Amino acid sequence: MTEQSTDTPAAAPQYVEGERITGAQALIRSLEMEGVDTMFGYPGGCILPAYDPMLDSPIRHVLVRHEQGAGHMAEGYAHVTGRPGVAMVTSGPAATNLVTPLMDAFMDSIPMVAITGQVPTAAIGSDAFQECDTVGITRSCTKHNELVMTSQGLPMAIRQAFHIATTGRPGPTLVDVPKDVLVSEMEWYWPTDEEVLASLPGYRPNMKGHPRMIKEAAKLILDSERPVIYAGGGILKARAAEALARLVELTGIHVVTTLMARGAFPDDHELNLGMPGMHGNATAVTAMQRADLLVALGSRFDDRITGKVDAFAPQAKVIHVDIDPAEQGKVRKPDVPIVGDARLVIEEIIDEIKSLRAAGVTQADTRAWKSKVSGWQEQFPMTYQQSQPGAALKPQYCIEQLRDLAPDKTIVASGVGQHQMFASQYWHFNDPYTWVNSGGLGTMGFSIPAAIGAKAAMPDRTVWAIDGDGCFQMTAQELVTATLEGLPIKVALLNNSYLGMVRQWQEMFYDERYSSVFLDSAALPDFVMMAESMGCAAIRVESPEEVGPAIEKANSINDRPVVVEFRTEAAEGVFPMVPAGASNDDVILHPTQQDRKGGLA
Amino acid sequence: MSRVRDYGTNTYPQNGFNHHILSVLVQNRPGVLARVSGLFARRGYNIFSLAVAPAEQEGMSRITIVVDLDSAPLEQITKQLFKLIDVIKISELDPAQSVERELMIATVKANGALRVELQTLTQIFEGKILAVSEDNLTLSIEGHPDKLDDFEELLDSHGIVELQRTGRVALPKLDRSSRLRVAN
Repeated sequence: MTEQSTDTPAAAPQYVEGERITGAQALIRSLEMEGVDTMFGYPGGCILPAYDPMLDSPIRHVLVRHEQGAGHMAEGYAHVTGRPGVAMVTSGPAATNLVTPLMDAFMDSIPMVAITGQVPTAAIGSDAFQECDTVGITRSCTKHNELVMTSQGLPMAIRQAFHIATTGRPGPTLVDVPKDVLVSEMEWYWPTDEEVLASLPGYRPNMKGHPRMIKEAAKLILDSERPVIYAGGGILKARAAEALARLVELTGIHVVTTLMARGAFPDDHELNLGMPGMHGNATAVTAMQRADLLVALGSRFDDRITGKVDAFAPQAKVIHVDIDPAEQGKVRKPDVPIVGDARLVIEEIIDEIKSLRAAGVTQADTRAWKSKVSGWQEQFPMTYQQSQPGAALKPQYCIEQLRDLAPDKTIVASGVGQHQMFASQYWHFNDPYTWVNSGGLGTMGFSIPAAIGAKAAMPDRTVWAIDGDGCFQMTAQELVTATLEGLPIKVALLNNSYLGMVRQWQEMFYDERYSSVFLDSAALPDFVMMAESMGCAAIRVESPEEVGPAIEKANSINDRPVVVEFRTEAAEGVFPMVPAGASNDDVILHPTQQDRKGGLA
Repeated sequence: MSRVRDYGTNTYPQNGFNHHILSVLVQNRPGVLARVSGLFARRGYNIFSLAVAPAEQEGMSRITIVVDLDSAPLEQITKQLFKLIDVIKISELDPAQSVERELMIATVKANGALRVELQTLTQIFEGKILAVSEDNLTLSIEGHPDKLDDFEELLDSHGIVELQRTGRVALPKLDRSSRLRVAN
């Protein structure tokens, strides 16, 4: 069964078919027709023709300071809206600067459309100025890419790019447009849905689950005494958070939400065990290990979740729901594979459970399991020790304060490293699409541009970027973009002067031999001066009693971006931790809990 | 030299060669071969042979790929292949249920008496002599890849100067019902 819509927005502008316009005009019109309201970009030689009609277009163009920023902004926009983010840059170095965000979006299944300029068709292959093989370079970091060789082909290429980026398992697509294709004329047309589908005979994502598999899944769920729902990023991609909540209400099954699924199920719900995986909490990790059934919904058994695969959830049967057939059996062989859209499949499973119950089938007794799980939750909560007077701040404390003082539905974007794990562990995500992070690729420097993209999409929301001193120095120049474009994000910079996660690994696994990990960021740069030079308000915080007031002050500033630099403790580690390649049974708890670890047996 | 083989029954005696044939129907568009071969490289699988040419439908090509893999990774690679937008259909051809052919041309040293011997050998294998020079012969042979392997082994003792094989192409064997369908 396939169900497809190419989703042309109802309010698309009306243009006259057959009108003679340039390829550049056709490109911008096509973006308008796809419902693009905001795009992120940077002009240059080969893409120049496309920037002229931008002046007459209602599309907002956010002028970035580095093409990588444009890519991550497009991702941030897509994370919080579910609509494809659009980045437009020129050829050569601009296109190669997009490679990191494209791969990031590919790993995290983020819908994104990249438009790159290319040297004129006659010059392709001649090593012309700013030429690179963009489609070749981006082939393995896009869901699909296309070099458009004629102006007449532009509308179809754009429609295909949006259709492919947003349907099935979402992902990034790229359209490479030579300069002469932008300059020469074409007769305007807009392909119909049927024409788009006919042009892609090899692309028909499966949406609905197989009825026999749905039946088996429902039976298995009712039969299991120790079931756990393993919710992944696919829940958010499929807009399935509400369906998931109904499934949980119906069955009373515990849920773990992966790093990519934070917010897909409310953290304040008693059945949410929190994040599993390498830095997941002890209960989430252990519940998966001891489960007799894992209901994997839009999750992909990433190595950060499973630990040592052979030792992962050894007694569990697996129901694996994923829209991507290649995820079935890639890591763990499922007992019930279901290829389909998470929302549709969850709804089908709910209906099946209801009809089984109506036919008198009862659910297995899960009370013993539930009391065991509550016991773990009581004994092994997330914990850290408050800093001694005069010592550096604890990063966890800063994040707790940020969380408690944040307005409702605040969006949090994070970089990659310790601060990312602390943010995921200590924030309470109660709404979907409020957590923006780089999960699969682990791209340092993601948070500031991603937060800017999120703010552009949701200007009325508070957007906090939680960043580290390493990440901040990779992409901080985009704060200029934020100031000049009127996108007042807030940055919580947890400055511990180190690459904290690398330092933690060197401490634990390399005998405390610290190699190339000390950034000395308490000395340089002066983050307050740096932020102020980019038009931001900036506050430095060094003691616990300053934390709350500084955050309140930051929350009250809305006319420009704010950077709050927290001087944090370098020796603080992220716990719990499952060392890379170890079994989840060998989770290392916080030092204050490790001696009680037997309680997890 | 002492190996005797019935080329019709498709036995594969090569040690440790876990051979699968994928027949991949693709849209014939720029870069499609790069997409397919790039995927194999990216996932760490080696292509043993590859043959590409336009297929019966306009705008389509058929790629015949021979890989050396266990079944589990093969399933993963076909699923990954199928995610390529330009890939329309993938069939794994069971060697026992398919017909396979390959073409080889080879230039071999052929001085004096050797020349007659090579001529006889080529006749036995139903090959052809394509070109002749004072010292060399260029031969061609078509057939089941195993037959080509044997011929190549025999030529090797004479001294191969240059050799090119096309890589195998394959289609499913016709069973009775499909023969009827074709007849209709």
